[in-house]
Amino acid sequence: MKVKVLSRNPDDYVRETKLDIQRVPRNYDPTLHPFEVNREYTRALNATKLERVFAKPFLASLDGHKDGVNCMAKHAKSLSKLLSGSCDGELKVWDLTKHECVRTLQAHEGFVRGIVVRFCGTSFFTAGDDKTIKQWKMESPGYGEEEEPLNTILGKTVFTGLDHHQKDGVFATCGQQVDIWDEQRSSPIRSFTWGVDSFSAVRFNPVETELLASCASDRSIVLYDMRESAPLKKVIMTMRSNTVCWNPMEAYYFTCSNEDYNLYTYDMRFLDRPITVHMDHVSAVLDVDYSPTGKEFVSASFDKTIRIFPKDGGRSREVYHTKRMQHVICVKWSADNKFILSGSDEMNIRLWKANAAEKLGVLTPREKVAVNYSQKLKEKFQHHPQIRRIAHHRHLPKSIFHQTKELRVMKEARRRKERNVRKHSRPGAVPVVSEKEKHVVTVVK
Amino acid sequence: MAKFSKKKVNRRKVEASGEGPEQVVRDPGEQHEGLNEADGHVSEEQEEDEEEEQEDEEEEEDGGGDKDERRRQKLLEAINALGGKRQKKLGERSEAAVLMSEFTINAEGEGERVDLSDLIGTVEKNRAVPAKTRKQLKNLQQSKRTVECPLSKQETERIQRDVSFQKAASEVSRWKGIIRQNQRAEQLVFPLNQEPAGPKPMERVVSGWKAQTPLEQEVFALLTANKQPVHDPILTPTEEASLRAMSLEEAKIRRAELQKARVLQSYYEAKARRERKIKSKKYHKVHNKAKRKEFLKQFDEMVKTDPATALEELDKMQTARMQERMSLKHQNSGKWARSKALLAKYDEDARKAMQQQLEVNKELTQKLVTSLNNEQEEEEEEEEEAGHPELMPDFVNDAERGLDSSNPWMRGKLSEEPTESERCGSLDLTEEASGVGGGTAEEEEEGEEEEEGEGKEEEALLREFDQRRKLRQVQEADTGPVLSVDDDEGMVEEDEAAAEEEEQLSEFTSLFQEMANSRRDVMAEQAEAAPDTSVQLEEGRRRICTVEDVELLSQEEVAPDEAPVQPQLPPATENMLSAPQKTGKNRKRKRGIELKEVLTTEAKVLRIPLAPTVEDTEESDGKLDQRGLIKEAFAGDDIISDFLRDKRNQEDAGKPKVVDLTLPGWGEWGGGGVKPSRNKRRRFRVKTAPPPPRKDQHLPTVIISEKRNSSISLHQVNSLPFPFESHTQFQSTVRSPMGRTWNTERMVKKITKPKVVTQLGAIIKPMAREELMKDASNNSSVDSLRRKH
Repeated sequence: MKVKVLSRNPDDYVRETKLDIQRVPRNYDPTLHPFEVNREYTRALNATKLERVFAKPFLASLDGHKDGVNCMAKHAKSLSKLLSGSCDGELKVWDLTKHECVRTLQAHEGFVRGIVVRFCGTSFFTAGDDKTIKQWKMESPGYGEEEEPLNTILGKTVFTGLDHHQKDGVFATCGQQVDIWDEQRSSPIRSFTWGVDSFSAVRFNPVETELLASCASDRSIVLYDMRESAPLKKVIMTMRSNTVCWNPMEAYYFTCSNEDYNLYTYDMRFLDRPITVHMDHVSAVLDVDYSPTGKEFVSASFDKTIRIFPKDGGRSREVYHTKRMQHVICVKWSADNKFILSGSDEMNIRLWKANAAEKLGVLTPREKVAVNYSQKLKEKFQHHPQIRRIAHHRHLPKSIFHQTKELRVMKEARRRKERNVRKHSRPGAVPVVSEKEKHVVTVVK
Repeated sequence: MAKFSKKKVNRRKVEASGEGPEQVVRDPGEQHEGLNEADGHVSEEQEEDEEEEQEDEEEEEDGGGDKDERRRQKLLEAINALGGKRQKKLGERSEAAVLMSEFTINAEGEGERVDLSDLIGTVEKNRAVPAKTRKQLKNLQQSKRTVECPLSKQETERIQRDVSFQKAASEVSRWKGIIRQNQRAEQLVFPLNQEPAGPKPMERVVSGWKAQTPLEQEVFALLTANKQPVHDPILTPTEEASLRAMSLEEAKIRRAELQKARVLQSYYEAKARRERKIKSKKYHKVHNKAKRKEFLKQFDEMVKTDPATALEELDKMQTARMQERMSLKHQNSGKWARSKALLAKYDEDARKAMQQQLEVNKELTQKLVTSLNNEQEEEEEEEEEAGHPELMPDFVNDAERGLDSSNPWMRGKLSEEPTESERCGSLDLTEEASGVGGGTAEEEEEGEEEEEGEGKEEEALLREFDQRRKLRQVQEADTGPVLSVDDDEGMVEEDEAAAEEEEQLSEFTSLFQEMANSRRDVMAEQAEAAPDTSVQLEEGRRRICTVEDVELLSQEEVAPDEAPVQPQLPPATENMLSAPQKTGKNRKRKRGIELKEVLTTEAKVLRIPLAPTVEDTEESDGKLDQRGLIKEAFAGDDIISDFLRDKRNQEDAGKPKVVDLTLPGWGEWGGGGVKPSRNKRRRFRVKTAPPPPRKDQHLPTVIISEKRNSSISLHQVNSLPFPFESHTQFQSTVRSPMGRTWNTERMVKKITKPKVVTQLGAIIKPMAREELMKDASNNSSVDSLRRKH
């Protein structure tokens, strides 16, 4: 009897090297792979669960300051360097890869109010409560040399904020007024005042580099153009804004952190109502910083948490907290979009991952593919109740949890009352005011 | 300003020098004016000057401001007026050198102020100045309104702020395009303006570098001598020349052509390889034969076109023939052939093989006939060949037939069988199509057959013998399973027997053909009389795949007159046939388990004694196919009927039930043994409306449960999520799978592309102004392209 044997070409199934992936001939006939939605749903559910399992955002705590960390600055050219100033006037330079302090200097008497690194990365400026602005070299002094600033400018009033121009040798300070300084001069080249005597923050627009925004104590946010002699416009809100940050990729958007627990994203051309109101914090928001991609921002709050918001989302996608972290005063998003740095009251700087479940380091191509696929799956099934529940679940400290609940109840009560008032008054007498409009008092030209 | 004053100066000079030879310097603006006009100009200008002076005086009065000055002026005027004649201004005495400067610069007007009116005067002359401006200037001169008082400081600041805000806003708005584009982008890769990876030319990395050391100089000298690239364009001159020689388009076309040729070649190679690997001897035989024929054809042509090569070929063929004649290679005298000859008596294979050998021999030793002289002979020969393709009678192979009919290769035979099997087999579809006419066609075919048969008496004899043998087999089969089944509609049993039956089917059909031949004439007549019935008849005949049919046919043969036009089919066969009649042409010769057929009948216990079936299986021991095996394995459990029962139960459960609401004892006597009256019961019986039709109504193999499953509803989306506008929209996004199980690798990559990609360890800088430039240039280029098209 003759036996016919199936013969296959080994090229079709043998790997060239053992590092290659096994060749798997596939048949994509849909009838052979039924229940695609159900199977993908299961995968999505598993991916969501695994994401929660792997969500370990806290990386390191940098301790060494002897007082609360008041301000921080990223290095312009190096990812591993961080500068931080504390409430006792001490300034520290950190190496983030080694998690250690590489340089300490007593920059000011009293608070260090602002630190900013020059765009070239060779020097940095500090402003302090002792009415001085100092310029320092980035390199630490050689052996035997004394730690001395390159320049010191003695101002007339206390400086509360500092920012540097993106390309030119110009920086801005704020205090009683907003000043624009030339690096070469000891007096400001321009001063802006507009009926207010106290500013808390000033920021240059990183894209349209001649524009500035500042937060004033009269609950207003004021816009300036460096080239003009007068400010541009200001918007007065119901409560004071603490800091402001421009979107680094979208020239006309900025976000301010407010005392009323919210953050507001404005389009600078239309100040009469914010684009988005970002709610979730349960106490005053003290600082905000955009991710370098301009897609998200991070906020630090007095409620001892850090939250990450999508730039157009009303609710945060992430909340970070630890037991020991106290009021978070300053926060920065690292320039490679991977990390978040927070400085808090209890003298520590903390290093977090920007994506809590992300695997750090180099990924193999297969890992990348898997990550991308699971990401898309989560996106696709995000509206399914179980997946949403798991993806949104975060553990919160008891106090914050209860406060959130309380706030919700209060808000609901207010809403109900307003509704009742409207119901029992003449139609049109109590107009419906949207959440966005509620917080803007007026726009001053 | 300077220009105008200079003109003035020139004119003054003309004035001073009176009718001078010619103006030394002329203002280019004035050159269009003719020389002869010069006098007129002068006079006009003098008048003008006077007027201007008056105006000057007036202006001075206005500008003076204090009253004393004015009074004094008035006084002076009054005194002047007393003189009666207006005093002319005396020219000041000055040095000639000053008057006549070699640089044509006059010092006369040095002390004078240049006024707006001076300038305006020339403006009116100058044609280069637009009329609108002239008008405006005139209006300005005539207007006597007072200037409005300036705004307050707050107001001015406010306006200033507003203006500068507008400016800033418009400036910022330029980013709108880029921002929107980035928001919509499927993927953004940060940092945005990455330099392309890879080695860069030396010039870009090191600037201002020169070959200094002797070695370097030597190397560079070599490079330049050999026309190697030293600087930025990295192509050698020859490369550049080649680039110029062929454009990109051309190169692409050429490459495509080459690719196509290569592909075709590879296809051809693959085909050749495949053909070479075919082990079937028959295939090669046929193939070679075809080749030979082809060659002969070509040879004929070659004789006409290229006699020299044709002669060579002829020589070759003749040598081959000679060799064959000399050798005993194909003459069945070898060892193998002798062994076969021994077997040939019993084994048909051996006989066939021997026959083939002889055939080869015959072919090879055939004398070549060229078309040159005797074409006719060739034709005749060919005809003969067609008539007698093989020497041996064909049906020597037929014995194999009974052995495995399941092998598709063995089914289609070259012998007389196919014509017969056609009638019951797949080919009768054509019959169906041809309808009534099919019968006559068949007859014709048969006639041909008969002719052939007459041609070969031996064959006919052998065939007869064969038929008898088959008949015997049929009778055996009939005595076996048929008897046991005949009384009822045991479809299942039939199925079980089908395997055996089918093997014998061909024999049955052939037998039937023989038997039916006698009746053929009668049938044809009937068909003519009533076409409808004939169709039915044909259908019936087509389905003699069952035992009953054969039986029936035999009955019919016994009493052809008694049998009415419509054959009396037993109910079982009718049942069985009903489904395929509906489905029409979908029938196949080999029947699988068709669920519809099977489902319509209840499974029944076998009534036949076990012995014959056992015998059957023993008989078909060697050829027990998989289907039979499976059937045997699952003989006990009847899944299909279980399923049907389940489905029926479900349907029953879903049906609304009649609710009886009668309460005994109300309005009637109650108590033990007293039943409520029928009238009352009828009154209180509530019938509910029938439920909507079940979804699985027309799906016999499916049970669809329409109950809401609480365990699943936990995972289901119960309201339409925000960005979607309709359920279908949402469902469509969920429905399409993304994984590698369902999509090709490339598709998966495309679908799962992340929205934001960042590079590890790269600083992402804020958006730079250059992006704006890029965008603008892109847009403009796109616009220009659009305009072009």
